[in-house]
This record gives sequence, C-alpha cells and structure tokens, in this order.
Amino acid sequence: MSELHDLTYLDAIAEGLMVEMERDPNVLIIGNDVGGSFGGAFKVTKRAADHFGPGRVKNMPMTELAFVGAASGMALMGLRPVIEVQFADFISTAFDSIVQYAATTHYRWGASVPWVLRAPSDGGIRSGPFHSQNPEAWFVHTPGLKVVAPATPADAKGLLLAAIRDDNPVVYFESKPLYRSLRGPVPHGDEAIPIGVARTALEGDDLSIITYGSTVHDSLQAAHELSNEGVAVEVVDLRSLKPMDDGAILASVAKTGRALVVHAANRMAGVGSEIAAFIAEEAFADLDAPVKRLGGMDIPIPFSPPLEDAYRVGPPEIAGAIRELMAW
Amino acid sequence: MLEPAAKLNLAYWMRLTRTLDDAVMAMWKQGRGLGGTFSGKGHEAISVGAGYAMGADDVVAPMHRDLGCYLVRGLSAERIMANQLGKEAGVTGGRDANLHGLGDLSLNILGFVSHLPQSMPVALGAAMAFQYRQEPRVALTFAGDGSSNTGLFHETLNLAAVQRAPYIVVVENNQYAYSTPIHEQMAIDDIVVRATAHGIPGQIVDGNDVAAVHEAVAAAADRARQGEGPSLIEAKTMRMLGHAIHDGAEYVPDELLEEWETRDPVVRWETALVEDGLLSPETVSRLHEECREEVEAAIAYAERAPLPGAAGVADGVYAP
Repeated sequence: MSELHDLTYLDAIAEGLMVEMERDPNVLIIGNDVGGSFGGAFKVTKRAADHFGPGRVKNMPMTELAFVGAASGMALMGLRPVIEVQFADFISTAFDSIVQYAATTHYRWGASVPWVLRAPSDGGIRSGPFHSQNPEAWFVHTPGLKVVAPATPADAKGLLLAAIRDDNPVVYFESKPLYRSLRGPVPHGDEAIPIGVARTALEGDDLSIITYGSTVHDSLQAAHELSNEGVAVEVVDLRSLKPMDDGAILASVAKTGRALVVHAANRMAGVGSEIAAFIAEEAFADLDAPVKRLGGMDIPIPFSPPLEDAYRVGPPEIAGAIRELMAW
Repeated sequence: MLEPAAKLNLAYWMRLTRTLDDAVMAMWKQGRGLGGTFSGKGHEAISVGAGYAMGADDVVAPMHRDLGCYLVRGLSAERIMANQLGKEAGVTGGRDANLHGLGDLSLNILGFVSHLPQSMPVALGAAMAFQYRQEPRVALTFAGDGSSNTGLFHETLNLAAVQRAPYIVVVENNQYAYSTPIHEQMAIDDIVVRATAHGIPGQIVDGNDVAAVHEAVAAAADRARQGEGPSLIEAKTMRMLGHAIHDGAEYVPDELLEEWETRDPVVRWETALVEDGLLSPETVSRLHEECREEVEAAIAYAERAPLPGAAGVADGVYAP
C-alpha cells in the first residue's frame, strides 16, 4: 500500500488527472473553460492546465456534441482524451456522440474508443433543475459504455486512473456536493482501483444498503443512527455501475436478508430499479423482507431549499426505510 | 494535373463501383439481399475522386453513398459484399448493416452510424490527433445536403475552424434528403456559404467530374498539411435512385433525372479518356468485363461465406 495523504474529493480527481498526464503523453483534457488561467468551472482541471498548458488542456467552444464526437476520433487514433462536460445536466447535448457512436463502435467494427467523460453531477447545493441532475441511468442502459460513480477521495482518484487506462468509453460521475466538503486519505502513486469492484463501506449483519456516490455518506449517517437502536447495517458502495459487482450485492444480501437500494437520482427507472429487480430475481430465497428503493422524486429538481430537500433522499428517509424493513 | 496512369485508375475504380452498385441493386430486387441497402449511383466521381486524392496515412470517413471510397482505400469487394449479406467475413461480422460500420483502422477508414453527421466530429477528432502529435496527416469526412442542416454540422465546422485542424468536409449535395428536395431543406442556393459562415474556405465543384473533385480535394489536403486549416467542398450531383432499395423515388421529377443522366460521371470519364486516346472502345469494353468478373467473384464469395454463429452475439461489446 502506498503512503497516504489527505485530500478533498476535488483534489483527488485533480491529482488523478496529473498522474495520468505525467505517465502517458496520449492523455489530454478537452472541455468548456477547462484550460487557460481559469481551469474549469470547479477548478478540477486547474492544476493540469497550469502545468501542461493549452496544448494538453484544451478549451472547446460550446459544441458538446462535436467535441465529444471529436474525442472519439482522437481515441480511435490512439489518444486518451478526458472530456469535461461542465455539468452532468449538459450531457444530453452530446447524447448521440456518446450512445450512438462511441458506445457501439467496438461491437460493430472492433475499434477501441478509450475516452473518459467526466460529469459533475448531483445536487443539494441549490443549483436548480439544470445544475443538479444525476443522469447515470441513461448510460447504464447503454451497452458499450462503462459507468463509474466514486464516493470517496481515494476512489475518485483510483477509479479515474482505471477509467483513463480502460480501452472503452467510460462515463465518470463525480458528485459536486462532495468536491470540497469531503476529505479523506488518498494513496500517493498511480495505483488504479479496478472498475466493476464494489467496496463494503460498513459491515453489518442485519440489512444491506446498496448505494453509490453521495448517498453512500447519507447511508453511513443513517446506519450510525440505527446502530444506537441495535441494528447493524451493511453499506455496499458499488463504485462502478456498469459493469456492476453482482457478486458483492448477492453476498451482502445473503448475509443480511434485507436490501435497501439508495441513490440520489430520481427513483423512477433509475439504476436502483435494476438492482432491486436483480436482487428479487437472484436472491429471493435469501430475503426476509421486500426489497426497497429510495431515490429522488419523479419531478424536475427544484431550486428552493424546502422544495429541493423534499425532492432529495437524506439520512432521515434512509433511517425510516431501515426501520420499516427491520419491522418485517 | 492527373498523370495518365492515375486517370486510368480513376476510370477503373469508378467502373468497379458502378458495377458493384448495379449488381447489389439487382440482387436485392431478386430477393437475394438482406435487409435494406443503398445505391451510390451518381456519386462515383465524388467518392472515388476524393478517396483517390488522399494519402494512405490520411483518414477518411465515407458514408452509405461512398462505395467507391471504400474500394479505393483498399476495402475489398468481398468484405463489403459479405457485410451486405450479414456474413461472418463481413467487416462487422454481421453486427452492422449494408455499408454501415465499414471501419478498418488498418486502412484508415472510419465506420459510420445512421446518424450521418456523427462522422464529421469523429473525423475532426482524428485530424486533431494528427495536429496534437504533429503528424503530416489529414482527415476527410463526407456529409450530405441533409446533414448540412443539423446542428452538429455547424458545431463541427466551427470547432474545426477554431482548431485550424487538418480536416476536409466533402458535402455531397445530391438534391434530396430522402424525399425532401433541397429547396424545402434550406433557403440558400449553395451549401458552400455555410463554410464562409464559419470562416473556412469553401469551394463548389461539379460532383460528376472526377478530375474536378480530385483536384479540389488534393488542394484542400495540401493546404491542411501546410497548417492552413480545414476546407469545405460542395460537390453538386444527383441521387439517381431512391433513398434506399425500397424507395422508388417517384417524388423526383423524371426530367431532373433525365437531365442528370446525360452527365453520368462514370460514362463521362470513360468518354473523356477515349477522346484523350488513353482508352479505346475496345479497352473500355475490356474494363467493363474485368469489373463484372471481379464483382461476380466477390458476390459468389459472399454468398458462399457462412453466417456468424449466434454463440458470439455478445462478443466484442467491450474492448478487452
């Protein structure tokens, strides 16, 4: 194990970019406002822009559909572009380039498209309907893409290294509310965290929470509260959504017999729906209670605090759901 | 100026393209085809002329009317026909239909998706990669009059212009996007003005004159290689058959087709070479016969070739 240092979630991503750009001259960054002296709307690319300059950290005009398509062309020629869409909400402007071209190319004619698309996602920071979304389900539904959603600084760095080294298009969902609020130990060095391997964030025998991204932390908070009531909750942080660590989900549910699936995205046809159906199909005999899902309401994400708080899942809702499942 | 050998090569590739195209149309009408397919009849001067003007290290992104470009770039008629019939030996191994997805990086060909303007930014990305690595290579993409109305067309031209990428867009203006005539698609007479809007040089060429297409593309490639940035070439032509095999194109006035028939790019080039003394009526006949034999052999190969096994249906979704 490499030596650790303490980083914010944001600095861990920035360090991951630095590590890969130092290691591989084929890695470059493209996106809106990523370069120059500015270094990105959230400053995630500032270190790289300062160090490597405009040749490797390239500002793009507001042409997401075109520059994501161009990333596919770069990748086909052997480069490894890391694309920043300024907000995950804006990913829809580049949809064809992601799901029609990049996702299908290897299956159709055998050519690799190794890019990473960084999508600053998630809400709770009063940013309104178009700067708060969690659109990961669109991409988990798309064969040919990989999708990751780190919850900790260490995973933010390690999964970014793995995503950049992967020979497939990877959509990397980073949680904006964690950028500066979350600090944690991050290994120095260039060790990647493999895509498709979940992490047990908390061990417990009574109930499994299957989650990812910022709701890992909400789940841990609820689990802590329930421990005072004598309930030992296990929290499985999926880390990767496609491919998903089916084995880790089944092993945890087999142990606890109860499953609660939680994510920040709206619940309707969300990734949690797939996980719940998978548990029902594959682990029915292990279950002592129905599988329960928690997610955002099926509404556009509202701006004003009482409205957004009503929309979002938080520790109280998670604690309530745990109590409900334990009462079975 | 084209050397005599190059002129003869262009005649061969255009005749081979037309012969294969005619054979495919006949097969599908006889019920020997699979799914739908497309004809590029009328587009041979553009697809062959542009493809021939590019170097082996340059990248091309042809579309469904650019059969000639695939052939010129070295994709064999066997592999193309095997793909048309959904065979394992096809470029996509039965994964993608007709001319879709005919990509082969060893030949520097990018495959396309049905969302045709998607090829534009991908080819631009190839050009930006050449720029990044300081390689003297150029990328060329084809696009249609229909595509030129999309946001992606404009996004890509703008991005190419800002980057000064070594990039060429050949717009094949064949007067129709499926059934919609050009005057219902746009309120301008020439698509080339869209290049002007983005600050890049544009040029109109006679898309039925292979020498003109070749000359324009070669000049654009030279400029690109010298760091002078992207170019757009509008090649005006006519789609001589329907959008796809099922489409009788009754919506196209007969007079329009009759007028363009007199400018058939393949016949026109052969006639010019006979007048030049590079070909004779006898050598033209021999050329036709050679192309027929080559096409028949490719079709026989493709018809004999096995279909893919269903066991492999999920292979290759991801690169290992």
